[in-house]
Amino acid sequence: MQIDYKHIQAAHCENGVTTSLLKHIGVNQISEPLAFGIGSGLFFVYIPLLKINNGPAIAFRTMPGLIFKRTCASLGIPVIRKKFSSKENAEKALLACLKDGQPVGCQVGVYYLSYFPKEYRFHFNAHNLIVYGQEEDNYLISDPIMENVSTLTTYELERVRFAKGALAPRGQLYYPKEARVVTDEHVRKAIKTGIKRNVRDMLRIPGNIAGVRGIKYTGEKIKNWRDKLGLQKAGIYLAQLVRMQEEIGTGGGGFRFIYGAFLQEAHAYHPNDQLLEISKKFTKSGDLWRSAAVQAAGIYKGRLSSQADFNKMGDFLLEISDIEKDAFQDLSKIKWH
Amino acid sequence: MKKEEIPQDPSALGRHTKEVCYAVDSSGKYVTELSTGWEVKVTALDVAWQDIQLRLETAKQKVLKGEASPLLYFMELKLMDTAILSAYTGFWQWRIKRHLKPAIFQKLSPKALEKYAEVFEVSVENLKKMKANAD
Repeated sequence: MQIDYKHIQAAHCENGVTTSLLKHIGVNQISEPLAFGIGSGLFFVYIPLLKINNGPAIAFRTMPGLIFKRTCASLGIPVIRKKFSSKENAEKALLACLKDGQPVGCQVGVYYLSYFPKEYRFHFNAHNLIVYGQEEDNYLISDPIMENVSTLTTYELERVRFAKGALAPRGQLYYPKEARVVTDEHVRKAIKTGIKRNVRDMLRIPGNIAGVRGIKYTGEKIKNWRDKLGLQKAGIYLAQLVRMQEEIGTGGGGFRFIYGAFLQEAHAYHPNDQLLEISKKFTKSGDLWRSAAVQAAGIYKGRLSSQADFNKMGDFLLEISDIEKDAFQDLSKIKWH
Repeated sequence: MKKEEIPQDPSALGRHTKEVCYAVDSSGKYVTELSTGWEVKVTALDVAWQDIQLRLETAKQKVLKGEASPLLYFMELKLMDTAILSAYTGFWQWRIKRHLKPAIFQKLSPKALEKYAEVFEVSVENLKKMKANAD
């Protein structure tokens, strides 16, 4: 049983699943940057005290699940999302969808994901993939971050769908309920909504740990890491920051480049040249995130170790915070027609 | 990032798949390009695994010295904290913390030992002997 379905590779898994599922129902305008921007995917948060894999909890994107939810909602497409307490029911529901010709988005954990390289298999439960068919005991898998399609046995798929721990997927599956005609006018409106919401998330969340203030806060914290944590642990923390920023399918620069690409694509729907200028600011920000990563690598490789090196590292984030604040303020002032 | 600056360094992921990067071309337009990896993040991942190895070795020594039960070793091996192990075994976290004490681990019921062995993918005998499967 195989659905007529086209695998699309993306930088990030949820963007990719959203793009593929929407394209499958005929939303031809959609692309990874549009899905990301309409879903207001760009974010930053550093949650002190919470530890992930014995390192700091830092995210460069919005909560898992929101991009699909928001993008579909903004385009007027109803969504089905189900969780299961029973593994049998979870598989039955999946098979029923495949029989109906519906490719299905699944949230999975990566620790037991057999086609992933071992080095990448942590207990991270918010990965997304699409199941698009079944052949004998194998499910056909389209994992957006992979160049090619993969397969998982029934057992392997069940195991990753029922991974345990934080953000446990509980067999979660999701897909657009039905095809709807999406006009360019829908896309235009959705872009506007997506940008406004992203302005809110980056500029207006109270407190100092989220959005542009969160970036500044983290920069200030980093300057203390050398004294507070010691060189070795500070190195581990910085390595984790770099992994969150570059490794988890961010397209480079902690999703900032994807957002820059989104603003360029948005320009086709809203021919306001300011969007192109603001896009350049996100390119600048992404470049600075990359430079900060190089500086961090100097520290965790042991080449750099002085307080001045940590200050320089923290200052990168302060500069980034200013640039992104400026960029989002520009976006908040755009006159939409 | 400019398109020609996208790094193409060897990485663990690069052996399985190339990944999509976003960058601008000479006219300033965003395009995507595949990358085999970036040395900066390869070393970041190395740092994470070196830390795991260190924790594993520390755990092993603790078990050998009788300061912790073999559970600690297998938890580090499988990258699990008590919250994750609790979710996979169904045991309360406070019980797992008790089971980390060698004296209490010694007295565990066969059923509890089997549960742990199953989650850690070893035999009960190897669980007690702190012997991991080679893989």
